[in-house]
Amino acid sequence: MASHEDLIARDAVLARVEAWRKRAPKLTDDVITMAHGAGGKASQALLEAVIRPAFSNPILDRLDDGAAFDVPTGHRVVMSTDAFVVTPRRFPGGSIGDLAVNGTINDVAAMGASPHALAVSFVLEEGLSIAEFRDIVADVAAAAATAGVVIATGDTKVVERGAADGCYITTTGIGFQRTDRSIDAARVRAGDALVVSGTIGDHGIAVMVARGNLALASDVPSDSAPLHELVGSLLDAVPETRWLRDPTRGGVASSCNELAVAAGKGVLLLEDRLPVLRPVTGACELLGLDPLYIANEGKMLAVVPAERAADAVAAMRTAEHGADACVIGAITDEHPGMVVIETAFGGSRIVDMLVGDPLPRIC
Amino acid sequence: MRFIDEYRDPAAAKVLLAEIADLAGQQPARKFMEVCGGHTHAIYRHGIEALLPESIELVHGPGCPVCVIPMGRVDDAISIAGTDDVTMCCFGDMMRVPGGSSTLLGAKAHGADVRVVYSPLDALALAEREPDRNVVFLAVGFETTAPSTAATLLQARERGVKNFSVFSNHVTIVPPLKAILDSPGLDLDGFIGPGHVSTVIGIRPYRFVPSQYGRPIVTAGFEPVDILQAVSMLLRQLDEGRCEVENQYRRAVPDGGNRKALELLREVFVVRPHFEWRGLGFIAQSALALAPAFAEWDAELRFEVPGVRVADPKACQCGEVLKGALRPWECKVFGTACTPETPIGTCMVSSEGACAAYYNYGRYSPRARIAVRAD
Repeated sequence: MASHEDLIARDAVLARVEAWRKRAPKLTDDVITMAHGAGGKASQALLEAVIRPAFSNPILDRLDDGAAFDVPTGHRVVMSTDAFVVTPRRFPGGSIGDLAVNGTINDVAAMGASPHALAVSFVLEEGLSIAEFRDIVADVAAAAATAGVVIATGDTKVVERGAADGCYITTTGIGFQRTDRSIDAARVRAGDALVVSGTIGDHGIAVMVARGNLALASDVPSDSAPLHELVGSLLDAVPETRWLRDPTRGGVASSCNELAVAAGKGVLLLEDRLPVLRPVTGACELLGLDPLYIANEGKMLAVVPAERAADAVAAMRTAEHGADACVIGAITDEHPGMVVIETAFGGSRIVDMLVGDPLPRIC
Repeated sequence: MRFIDEYRDPAAAKVLLAEIADLAGQQPARKFMEVCGGHTHAIYRHGIEALLPESIELVHGPGCPVCVIPMGRVDDAISIAGTDDVTMCCFGDMMRVPGGSSTLLGAKAHGADVRVVYSPLDALALAEREPDRNVVFLAVGFETTAPSTAATLLQARERGVKNFSVFSNHVTIVPPLKAILDSPGLDLDGFIGPGHVSTVIGIRPYRFVPSQYGRPIVTAGFEPVDILQAVSMLLRQLDEGRCEVENQYRRAVPDGGNRKALELLREVFVVRPHFEWRGLGFIAQSALALAPAFAEWDAELRFEVPGVRVADPKACQCGEVLKGALRPWECKVFGTACTPETPIGTCMVSSEGACAAYYNYGRYSPRARIAVRAD
């Protein structure tokens, strides 16, 4: 039988072990391993060392399985989700981290809602450097802080080397939309004006040049930016705004085609009004691309009654990220379901949906 | 942007359009063929057809290198791409060109290593970067792109890159032009000559067009003002009873061509006795194979190439379209069975193909165009 002294000694050891066990797990790895996704101590170490310090807020810090929100009176909930697989993960003007935040915020904003909270899920490839992951998480946190949304919940999974390319992020956003407002293609009328909040094609060209396999250099940064304040200014100034869309993949051309089909109207674009930065025009000319089809990550299209077009442009121009806003076209009863562009010297052509993908993995 | 803005200047276009209307008014209806797919693309992209008088019709010719690749050659490329250790590099346009049963895009989805490059030099660099891969460059194009393939082969030889080869489908512009001029029932009044090809070969090789066939030809650039000026020059020749080779694209095309590029072609390539063209059939001495000195880098010698001739699908009338006998929308399957998403014929694949250009840009009748200038 153990002596009294033995028992005391054993209890002391066990107490020490318990104390050790209660210490926050320490992240000592320099790359992501399968263990970081196993849900055990390594997962917790990653969460505590990288994710929680960056995202910390009262809702997330409860560490519940989900998050609950009160809906302000006179509002309805808007929800949107988006997956981000851009390569390279860092490019002039942004990274996969801020893109993942801004992309979903803009989808919520395009519903005429003000974004409130985000859920963020990471799929990480075994071998990703933790330093890089830390930077990505910091970008997510910074973009969320800039936009004033909380990261309310999230998840991290790890897949074997080769089963993914570094890091994928899925974000889901919720926002609140005033019940007296509705953004709906069915409200679009012939004669309405089509407005864009700024220059088109910047993001796609920035990412393509950043890939470095075209032997092109340019100083065009991505336009990745949250647009909910711009949309807020627009809706305050022109509450009759009929329709909004952020023209990401497939560019302005694809969004206009979606509008034409959804509204059952024709969309007429005016080529000489399209705002395109000169380096973007240059890169497109060299590569045989059309800026209308190149992705944007910080631009908003809006359809407003023609007599309110000037107010809409003015409201966008005074908002952040809207300095180059302008009217680029009109809605017409001619050619329903079709987008036609009037070229600079009076010719015209169809602007069709994109077939295939000239620039894969742009967001 | 220099070299672009001045050639898209609405004021300059207006002057030319007035000139064209004036000249066309004094002549019978005219049909001009633009030989080059780049012109076809530009004509639709800028809506030029709608601006011309109704008596002038532009017919779209065979000058799209993707459109003239026969299905059997695509199958050959797919077969090479399916070989162990092979990385097939091609231009993006080639990915969706239908072969007998599949496309390179389909082969890629089924596990073949097919990558899009913007230049043959990228393929050579890839071979040097990945010495375990057997890198094959799928070379297509007229004399425009052939010199860059030639320069790449010279570099491969100089640097002793053994895991690189070229599957040459390079073709030459003059033989198909002759084939069109020889086709029965030819109904063309003149030609807008190729621009990019002519930067290499110059304008002298076209002298047979006026001298033997009595048709004027004007080589032209690719901007709207270039094309309008070429139309005006053709009309003026006809008006003045002249029939000549003229050069509208002087800023890029020296009359004698690019001597250095021509030397490269002579060093690296030999003319094939004959080559099959999609829709046009076999044309003698119309394509380039690697010269014996470059046999080591010739994918046709290095790999088992099935070389099976695949007949064009019966419903497909690409050949008639390429010869200008049919307009794209007159083809039986245009826009229904054959669309850019699911092309049957190659004219629907490349954005320079007459059918794809017409489908993408021209479906909306310009005659019914409305001119809403909102604000």
